Amino acid sequence: MGEEAIKINNLTKYYGRTRGIDQINLTVPRGDFFGFIGPNGAGKSTTIRTLLGLIRPTGGEAQIFGMNMINDRERILSRVGYLPSETSFYPGMRVRDVLKLSAELRGLSFQRSRQSPPHYECEQNLTDALLPQKHGCTETARLLCGRLRLDPTRKVDELSLGDKKKVGIVCALQHEPDLLILDEPTSGLDPLMQKEFFGILRERNAKGTTIFLSSHILSEIQHNCAHAAMIRDGRIIASGSVEELSRTDARRVSIRGQIDYGALSGIKNLHTSPDGAEFLYHGDMQALLAVMANGTIRDVSITEPDLEEIFLHYYTN
Amino acid sequence: MTIIKHELRQNRTAFSVWTASIAFLLVVCIVLFPEMKGETDALGDLFASMGSFTAAFGMDRLNIGTLTGFYAIECGNILGLGGALYASLLGISALAKEEKGRTAEFLLTHPVLRERVITEKLAAVLLQIIAANLLILISALLSIRLIGEEIPLKELLLMHGVYFLLQLELACVCFGISAFLRRGGAGIGMGLAAAAYFLNLVANISDSARFLRWLTPFAYCEGADLLSAGKPDGGLIAAGTALACAGIMIAYLQYGRKDIR
Repeated sequence: MGEEAIKINNLTKYYGRTRGIDQINLTVPRGDFFGFIGPNGAGKSTTIRTLLGLIRPTGGEAQIFGMNMINDRERILSRVGYLPSETSFYPGMRVRDVLKLSAELRGLSFQRSRQSPPHYECEQNLTDALLPQKHGCTETARLLCGRLRLDPTRKVDELSLGDKKKVGIVCALQHEPDLLILDEPTSGLDPLMQKEFFGILRERNAKGTTIFLSSHILSEIQHNCAHAAMIRDGRIIASGSVEELSRTDARRVSIRGQIDYGALSGIKNLHTSPDGAEFLYHGDMQALLAVMANGTIRDVSITEPDLEEIFLHYYTN
Repeated sequence: MTIIKHELRQNRTAFSVWTASIAFLLVVCIVLFPEMKGETDALGDLFASMGSFTAAFGMDRLNIGTLTGFYAIECGNILGLGGALYASLLGISALAKEEKGRTAEFLLTHPVLRERVITEKLAAVLLQIIAANLLILISALLSIRLIGEEIPLKELLLMHGVYFLLQLELACVCFGISAFLRRGGAGIGMGLAAAAYFLNLVANISDSARFLRWLTPFAYCEGADLLSAGKPDGGLIAAGTALACAGIMIAYLQYGRKDIR
């Protein structure tokens, strides 16, 4: 009985001699909202694909709910909802047929609803209805389509990138999984839809669903996740609570006026303008104040850098 | 069953077009027979004087003036080549199309074992071949009745039967190859079917190329041999069955452990 939703031990994947991921260690507790941050090509998708059994690891192992993908593949996947970064469906199918196929592959009965597709005008009511704990799969899919403004009668070939994403979202959520694995879920969604989508995720998370969110957009992670791990060049370079990761000695300093920058050590990303300068400072605070006292300062602000900046700092060091 | 149903639905257009085309060409050919029969002598001379080609198509040992002889040469080529191409395409695309269309990720992250995916996809391929052959056979029987000829049921079933086996063999071999592909393989499938066809022609032309018969399913579909022996060559059928089984086994082994990208 593992308390962890995901437990990854020394997971390694090489494609021939090319590195995919190298000795990844990661633990995601049940009920967590976990962010997985890294630039393109860092190994996020390789980690997820190995986790889901799409590719075989070169070394190490991954467990989901204490089960191993090699022995318990069906049992694991029946409790997991997965949204790939690029959603593709079979040509010629309508949205509702894709949802039906997905439900049937999960062994869920999916009676085609005789009701007309959800009216978008009643979206507010649907939002109010939230997602009942136990009801038919059709019902969940119908509610989700309503909330995401997805017309189930449309053909998937004719959908925009964002609408295809929505179909993927409904497929990942309609069986109410215990673990959601989302790979770059918001690409293609407009800001309003992103808001609705994260609203749905937070509701699910509040009900106990573990969420594993892979993204290169830091604000998404910072606003939604409790814990996060950063991956770079196939290795985890930092992990912890988002709060911890955001906490750093470095400060963002913005100055209007003139000081002697040469006298300071620990300056990064210095951007000067005729009016003043902005930089990331992780040196001695006393020294900074002394240099500023000797300069001509009209205005100054010293703030905590946001996660994005810290992240870039990790990647550009 | 879900995957079988899904496969059949996805392939229904291709199925209709291929089945209708083969059946149509076959029917046209059969309907032309009465006219051809009248010119048997001229035709017989012509066909007998084509040198190696006469042997390649088995026309030195078949009488084109009889319905069975005519059927073995003309209709056999349509059914043989058309069926082989269709079966190869079905087999080669079965597994590979998921990665080509980037739907493998969708399919294989559902709680279905890869073995089940392979089994159901193979079953769908076989079902389509069975259905196509039944429809084509019925069309052939009806059109023979239409032209007022006696139906040579035993010979007809024999010929259709071996072509059915040929299609199964090619489909299974291509199915095995499909497990390795990532970008679809229509070219490979059609190439393989065409190569099998020409291998048999070459094997028929030259005695020194006789051994090629063991590599191609067209060898056990040779109309002249079938009609004279009244049954297919057991050895060749066994070799074909072995190849087909190897194709299926390789599909399970390879696709079961393949990295899906």
